[in-house]
Amino acid sequence: MTTTSTAFLREKMEEGWNRPPVIAPEGEGELLEIAMGPHHPSTHGVFRMDLALDGERVVRLKPVFGYLHRNHEKIAEQISYLASMPYTDRLDYICSLTNNWAYALAVEKLTGQEVPERAEYIRVILAEFTRIQNHASAIGFLIQEMGASGTPLMYAFKEREKILDLFETLTGSRMMCNYMRFGGCRVDVSAAWLEEARKVVAGLPRFIDEFENLLSGNEILMARCQGVGILRPELAVNAGITGPMLRGSGVNYDIRKVDHYGIYDRFKFRVPLGDHGDVYDRYMVRILEMRESITILNQALKEIPGGPVMDPKAKIRGFRPKPGEAYGRIEAPKGELGFYLISDGGPNPYRYRVRPPSLVNLTVLEDMCLGSDVADVVLIFGSVDIVLGEVDR
Amino acid sequence: MLGEGILKGMAETARNFVGSFVSKERLTTVEYPEERIAAIENARVFPFLVYDTADWEAGLRCVACQICEKECPPKCIFIDKSKDKKPDAIGKQQFYPTRFDIDISVCMSCQICVEVCPFEAIKMDNEFELATDDRFGGLLLDRKQLAKPNEYYHQIHPTEAAAVDARLAEEKAKADAKAKGAADAAAAKAAAVLAAKPEGAGD
Amino acid sequence: MITTMDQIFVLLQHWIVGFLPAFVQPFAAVLLSVVVIICLFPALFALAVWMERKGLGRMQNRLGPNRVGPFGLLQPIADGIKSLTKEDIVPLSADTPVHFLAPLLLVVAAFMGFAVLPMGRNMVLVDMDAGLLFFFAMGASTEVSVFMAGWSSRNKYSLLGAMRAVAQMISYEVVLLLSSVAVVMISGSMSLTKIVEAQNHYTWGMPHWYIFTPWGLAGFVMYAIAATAETNRSPFDLPEGESELVAGYHTEYSGFKFALFFLGEYLAMFSISGLGTTLFLGGWSAPFAFLEWVPSWIWFFSKLMMSIFVFIWMRGTLPRLRQDQLMNFAWKFVLPFTLLNLMVTALWRFMGEGWERWVVCSAILAVVWVVMGRVEMRSEHFGPRSYRYAE
Repeated sequence: MTTTSTAFLREKMEEGWNRPPVIAPEGEGELLEIAMGPHHPSTHGVFRMDLALDGERVVRLKPVFGYLHRNHEKIAEQISYLASMPYTDRLDYICSLTNNWAYALAVEKLTGQEVPERAEYIRVILAEFTRIQNHASAIGFLIQEMGASGTPLMYAFKEREKILDLFETLTGSRMMCNYMRFGGCRVDVSAAWLEEARKVVAGLPRFIDEFENLLSGNEILMARCQGVGILRPELAVNAGITGPMLRGSGVNYDIRKVDHYGIYDRFKFRVPLGDHGDVYDRYMVRILEMRESITILNQALKEIPGGPVMDPKAKIRGFRPKPGEAYGRIEAPKGELGFYLISDGGPNPYRYRVRPPSLVNLTVLEDMCLGSDVADVVLIFGSVDIVLGEVDR
Repeated sequence: MLGEGILKGMAETARNFVGSFVSKERLTTVEYPEERIAAIENARVFPFLVYDTADWEAGLRCVACQICEKECPPKCIFIDKSKDKKPDAIGKQQFYPTRFDIDISVCMSCQICVEVCPFEAIKMDNEFELATDDRFGGLLLDRKQLAKPNEYYHQIHPTEAAAVDARLAEEKAKADAKAKGAADAAAAKAAAVLAAKPEGAGD
Repeated sequence: MITTMDQIFVLLQHWIVGFLPAFVQPFAAVLLSVVVIICLFPALFALAVWMERKGLGRMQNRLGPNRVGPFGLLQPIADGIKSLTKEDIVPLSADTPVHFLAPLLLVVAAFMGFAVLPMGRNMVLVDMDAGLLFFFAMGASTEVSVFMAGWSSRNKYSLLGAMRAVAQMISYEVVLLLSSVAVVMISGSMSLTKIVEAQNHYTWGMPHWYIFTPWGLAGFVMYAIAATAETNRSPFDLPEGESELVAGYHTEYSGFKFALFFLGEYLAMFSISGLGTTLFLGGWSAPFAFLEWVPSWIWFFSKLMMSIFVFIWMRGTLPRLRQDQLMNFAWKFVLPFTLLNLMVTALWRFMGEGWERWVVCSAILAVVWVVMGRVEMRSEHFGPRSYRYAE
């Protein structure tokens, strides 16, 4: 009979726990099962991947998430439409303004509200700023996982700080902006803010050039990223993948061009496509999208008209849409972000459903990772660009 | 040539290394708490209650209408309405809050309470160094801790405070004009009655 | 005066030893030098750690540590105290003697390499005729300790990390040796002091350092790549990649043993940089003839710290290579190029003095580099791409 835990363990050791680990040669023997996460330096948040390895190759990958589930959709059924708006900030917490826009779009579809022109321009400007800072941090984190000790990440964050300062000046908060309302925007932008925004946009092309100098021609980056994590376009379309992942595989689908929502039709911009569907293509598509966003910003900041920023008939309190349903979607930086609302005439929605792009994009993680090395799994996962707030809601 | 991209990358890093000694742009560290970045005017952290006169209880603009309590998304505001009434800034008799608590460990700084308040009574503060080690109530701010004077509001959000003051002054002027008009009408009516009486009495 | 400054440590040593009886003097002299080396290089290690953190910080547009001491100079001491006060956890099923000895062996083997490095004129601890051979023998012992660490921890991750590390180190050891053989061929001896003396001549003010010759430059580049891989530094630090398998072969080490691994890695970095300086950069010789008044040991240590800075620079810029890519690179690119370099060195010697040998050797090396680079990239299917836009 053993008394202390040490003695107990020693007893177990005598029984046969004391064996060295077995690394199976290829094609036979046991598989090495590893759980990567939820505490891991490279998973973007609390996320677990159960890997089964044969030597270094991945044989099976099961993603396990839900560690950040916060009952967003259920809460939304208990509080009013307006009160859900700050909760949408916290879905994809890096891109709060696009989340706000998607929700506002869904409610405006439900009620048929009109949005004044100035508000539309402001929405586009803020959405493109959000896209730039999201892509910059996504690339920065990807390179950090590759081991460049965070240098490109620091450069990306330097630019991001300028954009976040703009957000704070306008909305009051750097990340949880809570700025869009049903029928427009909460407050108007001042001329001083527009001037500041133009200055920030003027400094962005140089930042992207420096970024590309550091990275795009780098042979080690090319060796690590090219040919890794290939996603075939048919699989992407069948699985419902959207966003830079889809365009990196060569499928031309950008909701800004497909749905013509907002006033995107007035801006001339191109949609970059990749040919191979690997990690390098997704990385380059994000860089090229940043450049296209700068084009849109230049046009929008020049053409922004005067006028009100809120529909004068819009109500903040006591907002009861007629019974019906609506699905509003936008091209969020990570993919298609959609909100599905069913209203039964009351002040709270009957059903409130978020279609998160990160969750849908994660479904093909196993297909992309099969047969590659463990080191590549980290890269492929980084190139999907997920935020756990969105995946788990 | 193999290695060209690597050399370009290293040149970029070297440029940043040297630049960090010479230009402010390449060394953006602000050493908190010795140095601080100037607060941006519109920044919002947690709410506070505005009061007008020197007496924080009497001058509190809040009339306990409880709209902010209803609209708050995480339900972090707790209000108890009074049983009696007191006159407010424009002289009307209003209720007042006997208890107004905000749990700032729950508050998500969404500013909806500010948007829906019809009396410009609750505004957003920008103080964030509120950490405390009392976890059983240290973050539950009561009425006294939340009440701050209008001058403080002017200090932290000058443009907004000026606009609010202008709006309130306008409302007061309208209320005064209405009151004056009503008083004039009542006086005229009384004078008319008084004038009509001797004639009627002379019957 | 100038020669005094240059030889000051030698003179000091003779003076101190002079106090002791004659039969003890040889041992005392050696003991004194050993003590100095054992005290000096860990101090340099602290300096290198500080340089790394500040350097990486500046490259990333931020300050490095600056709270502990002026400019953060006492940060390594704070780190040392921290690692001394941490609990030393040994896994229950670990092989305790081996687990204990692994970091010790690493540090001892790394220290042994300093015995043959000439740190200044007449300032070498042991002047062996086959100093280079001794150095490589000691360097190879560090690989044993890495594997000991991984095996004794009885941990899947550690073992994987250790196996990767050993495979990498063995592959690049070959490259290291072959690039040094070129130097041996030209200087005619394996004694490091003679190699430095062969480089200590000047023509038109320019030194005869081997790096300024075509074969020397190619050799130096190969040596540098191999040195980075030997010491498990970026971009070859997959065995200790933080984002892959925690900390690789030193996962199960905590407290001071972890600090010893860290120390051993930096000491290995110093000794390999020291050897590279000796072989290719002229050791303690000054860059220009008119600068010979600066003491020789200052030149040696400045070149050493410059090499450390280049290591830090590479760490701040380059992402990691994957294990199989690393091995591919070693066997399919670096090793053939090094063999070619040996042949070019022989050609250099064969052609005798004159400008022709410069042109021919440079041309051969440059052309082969470019062609092999293209072939390698194409065979691994990577290269620059262009992107199209949707219409």
